[in-house]
Amino acid sequence: MTRVSMTVDGVSYDDDVEPRTLLVHHLRERLGKVGTVVGCDTSNCGACTVMLAGKSVKSCSVLAVQADGADVTTVEGLAGRDGELHPVQQAFHESHALQCGYCTPGMIMAAVDLLSENPDPSDGEVREGLEGNLCRCTGYQNIVRAVRDAAASMRGTVPTAQEPAAEASAASTASTASTASSPGEPASQGVTT
Amino acid sequence: MIPAAFDYTRPSGVDEAVGALRDGGEDAKVLAGGQSLIPMLRMRLASPTTVVDLGDVTEMRGVRDDGDALVIGAMTTHDEILHDPLVHEHAPLIAQATETVADRQVRHLGTFGGSLAHADPAGDLPSVASALDATFEVAGPSGRRSVPASEFFVDYLTTVLEPDDLLVSVRVPKLTGWGTHYEKFNRVAQAWALVGVAAAVRRSNGSVAEARVALTNMGPTPVRAYGVEDALTGTAATEDSLAAAAQRAADGAEPSSDPSASAEYRMHLATVLTRRALQAAGGA
Amino acid sequence: MTVTEEPHTGEVGRDRHRKEDARLITGRTMWTENLSLPGMMHLAILRSPMAHARITNVDVSPALRMSGVAEAFTGRDVADLQGAMPCVWPPSDDTVLPAYPPLAVDEVRHTGEPVAVVAARDRASALDALEAIEVDYEPLPVVLDMEAALADGADLVHADQGTNRCFTWTLDSAAAGTGDDARRAEADAEVLVKRRYIQQRLIPAFMEPRSVVVDPTGEQITVWSATQVPHILRLLLAMSTGMPEHKIRVIAPDVGGGFGGKLQVTPEEFIAFAAARKFGRPVKFVESRSETMLSGHHGRDQIQDITVSARNDGTVTGLSVDLKVNMGAYLGIITPGIPLLGAFMFNGIYRFPAYRFDCTGVFTNTTKTDAYRGAGRPEATFAIERMMDDLAAELDMDPLEVRRKNWIEHDQFPYATAAGLTYDSGDYAAATDRAMDLFGYHDLRREQRERREAGDRVQLGIGVSTYTEMCGLAPSRILGQLRYAAGGWENASVRMLPTGKVEVVTGTSPHGQGHETAWSQIAADQLGVPFDDVEVLHGDTRTSHKGLDTYGSRSLAVGGIALVNACRKVVDKARPVAAHLLECDPSDLEFVDGAYRVKGSPGSAKTLADCALAVFSSHDLPEGVESSLDADATYDPENFSYPHGTHLCATEVDTETGRVSIRSYVAVDDVGRVINPMIVEGQVHGGVAQGIAQALFEEAVYDDDGNLLTGTFVDYTIPSSADLPAIVTDRTETPALEHPLGAKGVGEAGTIASTPAVVNAVVDALRHLGVSDVRMPCTPERVWRAIQDARDGAAHVAHEGGERP
Repeated sequence: MTRVSMTVDGVSYDDDVEPRTLLVHHLRERLGKVGTVVGCDTSNCGACTVMLAGKSVKSCSVLAVQADGADVTTVEGLAGRDGELHPVQQAFHESHALQCGYCTPGMIMAAVDLLSENPDPSDGEVREGLEGNLCRCTGYQNIVRAVRDAAASMRGTVPTAQEPAAEASAASTASTASTASSPGEPASQGVTT
Repeated sequence: MIPAAFDYTRPSGVDEAVGALRDGGEDAKVLAGGQSLIPMLRMRLASPTTVVDLGDVTEMRGVRDDGDALVIGAMTTHDEILHDPLVHEHAPLIAQATETVADRQVRHLGTFGGSLAHADPAGDLPSVASALDATFEVAGPSGRRSVPASEFFVDYLTTVLEPDDLLVSVRVPKLTGWGTHYEKFNRVAQAWALVGVAAAVRRSNGSVAEARVALTNMGPTPVRAYGVEDALTGTAATEDSLAAAAQRAADGAEPSSDPSASAEYRMHLATVLTRRALQAAGGA
Repeated sequence: MTVTEEPHTGEVGRDRHRKEDARLITGRTMWTENLSLPGMMHLAILRSPMAHARITNVDVSPALRMSGVAEAFTGRDVADLQGAMPCVWPPSDDTVLPAYPPLAVDEVRHTGEPVAVVAARDRASALDALEAIEVDYEPLPVVLDMEAALADGADLVHADQGTNRCFTWTLDSAAAGTGDDARRAEADAEVLVKRRYIQQRLIPAFMEPRSVVVDPTGEQITVWSATQVPHILRLLLAMSTGMPEHKIRVIAPDVGGGFGGKLQVTPEEFIAFAAARKFGRPVKFVESRSETMLSGHHGRDQIQDITVSARNDGTVTGLSVDLKVNMGAYLGIITPGIPLLGAFMFNGIYRFPAYRFDCTGVFTNTTKTDAYRGAGRPEATFAIERMMDDLAAELDMDPLEVRRKNWIEHDQFPYATAAGLTYDSGDYAAATDRAMDLFGYHDLRREQRERREAGDRVQLGIGVSTYTEMCGLAPSRILGQLRYAAGGWENASVRMLPTGKVEVVTGTSPHGQGHETAWSQIAADQLGVPFDDVEVLHGDTRTSHKGLDTYGSRSLAVGGIALVNACRKVVDKARPVAAHLLECDPSDLEFVDGAYRVKGSPGSAKTLADCALAVFSSHDLPEGVESSLDADATYDPENFSYPHGTHLCATEVDTETGRVSIRSYVAVDDVGRVINPMIVEGQVHGGVAQGIAQALFEEAVYDDDGNLLTGTFVDYTIPSSADLPAIVTDRTETPALEHPLGAKGVGEAGTIASTPAVVNAVVDALRHLGVSDVRMPCTPERVWRAIQDARDGAAHVAHEGGERP
């Protein structure tokens, strides 16, 4: 057993741990921080991403003993004490950037980290910046939009132009094919680009 | 998965670390950033009895200017490399290749020295170190020694490092007036390179004065494409001559066939990517 | 049926942000793995490293001596307790149903098959102890290739069955009376195009690995599982193990994706159930990603031989399909039924007068296959959409021209197909026209010509997919005809609380789809209550006692109707109460925006909440009115749901390296009326991403010994954000005729549509070089090799003085 001290989401903890204990298991099983999850064995999926000493890491690929003395922030510590959501959390909600939500804690933490270094990323930079996080539900499109919206809101500005595709899609409204139940409606009143 | 149990020690200096490795015996493992080791421990592909964590060995961290070379501490993280002005000024090839290593999270913890000592043939940095003619500073029980890149990599996941040796730093000659480029080809952003090409070209009066080319994943160790280098030296730096030289990229290489790519395809990619790398590094 | 006019308070059709998000974005989730119970033991499973072997000896005693290990057992130890894994869809009388013990007893038939179990105080101790278990295997011949497996004298996966053939199943339009004779159409054809397409094996790769907790200490044994199908799991645990159904409670808490991969009852669930019963203590099993890849079921894996008969003008006259489908080593819950879901879809949106479908299921020493997003329909759609492009190429026509010539016209609906289905509605031209506009089809074709003429290194390809699918599973009557053991109805109930708040209980079991939000929207409109006043309960057999769960794009298409019907019953039940309160005749009331109003006297009104409170107190109810407004409805659909649409993909293919990049992607889908456009768009994005992944990135690969070479996310390359394009989406709306809200299913549409669009685009970029097919996934090497082979072929022909046909 090795003595480990760390601060997680503002609370300090001192524990004896087995050296082989992964940080994510320490968080989940000893400290009860079950908001951070494990999705793979090979550090590909990024679902376990937390901030360690201010930088994003995959907590499945860090030993708890390596985090000795460090400050850790998980998705559970992002919102304000009054429950006010972090701009990235808010944007994920408003842009429908999650479906099953399993990748979401890691995705949000990775996005927070990306924005700390690049406060105004392009769509391409968001896509590259989140390459370490896998999502199987969303196709990433709304995640990219959410991260850019969050960036704009953190900068206190309105979002700059997004990739044309996302724009068209965001603006899209259903066009109504002429059908028996809606005779006379115009055949197409969809996207104006 | 959860690693098998091991003993853990966290020395604070190089000598102490070498001592810990010696005490740990054959089955001791160095933990640098852990980004290759810990997944292997989780899958129980490695089960060391002792893990020696270099996290507190601060003397192994950072980049310093040493006249005609940079000395990069083995424990310098990829992220630190990417933000280091000396690296960008004197070894932009390292910065460019490092940017393609894994992802942001892994680059925050993974280290320059760890990548080199792990010696994965699909890793990007060994071929870069090879192309740059880097020198590896090694500490062992009998003191320190320097190993040139051409001798450091021995086989698949194997270097000259003995179980109680430690890679302390890497000395990278400054390439002033050279053009460099790292061309990486992978199937998805997260995948390892199927083939990578690190190229450095010095031009003089419209012709190639010197060239160095090293290939990633074209054999169990990084492969220097001497045939290309020979063909280039002294020729005009035109598109055609670069392309002609690149045809020799795979000469003598013996890449593996695996589910990601056949040897034949890797040989083909090597010539295409070498041409592209040369054009980017020193094209007309 | 007719489309009924709906009360509109405006919830349906709105981009409501999801209720589910609040807990998911803050980490306050209840994944099965989060659960911890007093006295709980952690299970670890030893898995076979052999693809086929006889187990000659297992010794768990060394494991029992290790620290923290409480129990260890083998298949033999629990042979009476563990039950047998069920398959509920044998397609034919002679379907081979091999014994499938959760924990292997005598023989293992694929790598990863469970062999022994350890129960310990924590997971690390359990995993440590696995390494101490000794197993002796006697290797048996490994069967991997489907065609070799069907050959005479082949080695057998199940020696006792005497064959590797699981079943054969035929649909013939001439025999069924739904169309002409496809064989005759072939004989009479002016043009005959025969193709073999390969559907590679895929792994669903939901993000949350499966886990299960079983607590045997209460009056009911409680099972928490990361499953799509809690109701089906309860039923099959009961039927398979003999434990009475009412003694089992199943809970699906937050579930992290499924895509069909959690439409299964798993050996791991059965093993945990047996262990908990055996030890009388709670147990927990959490699998690693590597175990998911190896042991969770796989999908697709078909050899498709397709023949299209046509006239020289491009009119199709017949279609024949010969399908070989890899079952794997055992039959999962609906393994052999998956290709039947495709059988009705090979003809796609086209007016094929004659159709024949022959299908053979084949056992191999691999992980079983079963449902993966689309389940049978993506495979069918891929084949027909690839074939329509190949037919166009054969006739030197534009791929859209061939499609227009053959598709069912809008005024031909409802349309009875040669496969025996009746498509209710659709407007293929409208969706296609819209997609072509958004895509800039003609400009891209022009650019393609220019690049071809210039001989550019990077060539442009345009891929078309005009798809339909059958979803909304399913009419029970048809399921019965197909020998599926259960029905396809769905249930919903509405509970009116005294304060006017509403609890909706649904038998569907969401795992990312957003039912809590969409169902709230529907109930809010139907009952005229605020969106936030509706709570949606699901996924626990104690609260939601009746349901058939979530898969096959059925939740809204079937469960949504049950919900609407239950709401209408509530409205009807409250009407006499409101009339009593308003002292009028019920027939004088109209229900508008949540209130009963006296016609012609708009000032007098009673809300549903007023009625709920009156019913709660029951002090003064009219004669014969029961003290409850609650209602329950079960709906069994008459027909499937037929969403459709047109997807267009432009790829840029580097002819030097073979790398494919998607330059633009347009998806115009018609999923009928939409409850929540934001959610629908999200389903399309994710579906398209998974279809692109099949086209370009993913494949489960075994080596010659039956070892899975793609057993981690390092080797099984699912795309990240950096690998996928932005997708342009739009919709046309042709309401479903048999759905009171006009809605069709959407969960699988994107996946079904996108794969052929992408592969068609890859092939289209290279056709002028002589390439006519690239196997999926279209990796750079496969594309490069196809170009080389075409060049070599051309050179070969040129050398012999001939011309390439």
